Amino acid sequence: MSLFIYGLINSVILALYAVGFSLTYGISGLANFAHGALYILSGFTAWIFINSAGLPIGLAAVLSITVTALLGFLFYWVLLLRVRGIPLAELIVTFAAGVAILELLMWKGFYGIRYSLQPFIRGGLEIGNVGVDYQRLIVLSTGVILVILLYLFVHHSKIGLAFRAMAQNERTALSVGIESDWIGSLSLAFGSALAATAAIVVLPLGMMESTVGWEVLIYALAVAIVGGLESTLGMIAGSFIIGFGQVAAAKYIGPKWMIIVPLATIVLVLVAKPSGLFGKFKELEERV
Amino acid sequence: MEEAYRKKRLDRGIKARADTIFAVASSKEMFYLLLPRALPVVGLLVLAIVLDGYRAKVLVYACMYGLLALSWDFMASCGLFSLGQSLFFGVGAYLAGAMNHYLHWPPLVTLPLASLFGGLTCAALLSTVVRLRGVYFAMVTLMLPILIMKGIETTGILGGSHGIASLSPFPNDTFATYLAVIGFLFCLFAFRRIIHSDYGLVLMAIKDDDRAVMSGGINIYWRKTQALFISGAVGAFAGAMMTHHYQFLGMSAFALDYSILPVAAVALGGQGSFAGAALVSLILVPLSEALRALGGLRIAIYCFILIGSLIVLPEGIFHYLARKYHQFERTVEVK
Repeated sequence: MSLFIYGLINSVILALYAVGFSLTYGISGLANFAHGALYILSGFTAWIFINSAGLPIGLAAVLSITVTALLGFLFYWVLLLRVRGIPLAELIVTFAAGVAILELLMWKGFYGIRYSLQPFIRGGLEIGNVGVDYQRLIVLSTGVILVILLYLFVHHSKIGLAFRAMAQNERTALSVGIESDWIGSLSLAFGSALAATAAIVVLPLGMMESTVGWEVLIYALAVAIVGGLESTLGMIAGSFIIGFGQVAAAKYIGPKWMIIVPLATIVLVLVAKPSGLFGKFKELEERV
Repeated sequence: MEEAYRKKRLDRGIKARADTIFAVASSKEMFYLLLPRALPVVGLLVLAIVLDGYRAKVLVYACMYGLLALSWDFMASCGLFSLGQSLFFGVGAYLAGAMNHYLHWPPLVTLPLASLFGGLTCAALLSTVVRLRGVYFAMVTLMLPILIMKGIETTGILGGSHGIASLSPFPNDTFATYLAVIGFLFCLFAFRRIIHSDYGLVLMAIKDDDRAVMSGGINIYWRKTQALFISGAVGAFAGAMMTHHYQFLGMSAFALDYSILPVAAVALGGQGSFAGAALVSLILVPLSEALRALGGLRIAIYCFILIGSLIVLPEGIFHYLARKYHQFERTVEVK
């Protein structure tokens, strides 16, 4: 029972990490290596809004999500636009920006026990005979709601449809008047906003550190590779495989082995099906 | 009508003459050809004699980063973009350190062994993902050193988070400096030679169009694994050399510095020429030592330099300099 509940929660956390990354990549083909850094950064903006500006938690959350989205948007127009279309340069620029953010935060001394977000509600309840605190339940419900909202948004709103058009065929999308740079920057903004949302609900469970930023990026990448990038179903499946795998490894072999799970899964999946579990043949051409 | 101008580039006369066998006919042309090749060799060897103490250490440091940058460039030449060059460095450092600490082998034995087995280990580790390319390969390489670092931290093997101190040093510092410089120069010229041989042409073709190479009946995965072995061995040599030079082995061997700086050096210097990577690492490393007082800000500054240079000078310093050396420019009217 505890395996099931904690596996579920762990999987949802991983899905939250990955959803922004895979959204941006799926739409504009932009691998945002600054994802983890944006995650941590939005945690700090939330902390500043709550503790320095004294705002209530809800408002602070909305504000920090907005700020992060704006940052992603600007990041596209100021830096990425100039290197768009050169995969290596895109990769280096996002990676360098991510490292720069994390190192600047470290330099500013923003790490440590003092800087941690409080859970929304303290306490917990028992499901079956397993104790779960409310924050984890909030994470769970946020994950579910987010996936539903995202599905509705992408399938039933104008921007969402433009997103899908861009993902399916960039040139055809251009020919019907969807502007590629505009959608690219919006996709990055959305990806950043999703990273910020994940940060605000997940960070109260642990510490804010630069290593967490790397962890988030790594898990997002692992989930994306296992599931097949740009496939939402694949992303969910990938996070469940890795999430349950990790909890099972921690329970039956020992917590030390948790970190081996994503890597082992990646290798296994690549050997069996190089385009990822739910990847389409188009990706096969690109990645293999 | 408005007058329009454009820049026209032409090869210098001496370049055209020196391209052929006639280069041996005059000392001027020979000098023109030799200068860019002799300059780094003479310069580095003189520096190795002149510098001592702390400055010599910086030189060794620069050569080690230079080796990492060269190995990055070599991998990039066959389309493998790595964000985790510290994997090679760390594997080499740990192999050499472990052999020295547990088996008490002297540095001169551990160094070649660590390079060889480091290359093999890295090639074996990454051969599982050699089917990936571009961004996907970069993702995996980024994960590997971080995961290994965490693995060492949690399991506590090989010294765990404390590391292993008091490894045996090289016989003396001058020897270490010369070893670093000669290794660096050897690698630079060897890579330049390899990449223009038939073997290197296949590697570069894999980068340009791997399907065409496959249809030529060449096993590209095997070739990529070979390239991984070569650059892995070079990176491992750098790691092994460094760990003996510092007489300390720790998790910092997998640190981010060793991944960022090579990428920065190649991006700044220009990809594919090796000389650019070598040149820029000789500039960046002393600069970074000068910036050491800034602490954590150092890496952030690197990142800004990296982003800036990619946007302003995408071709890289070396390609720019080479163009100036071989060609002249004039403005002509567009008719």
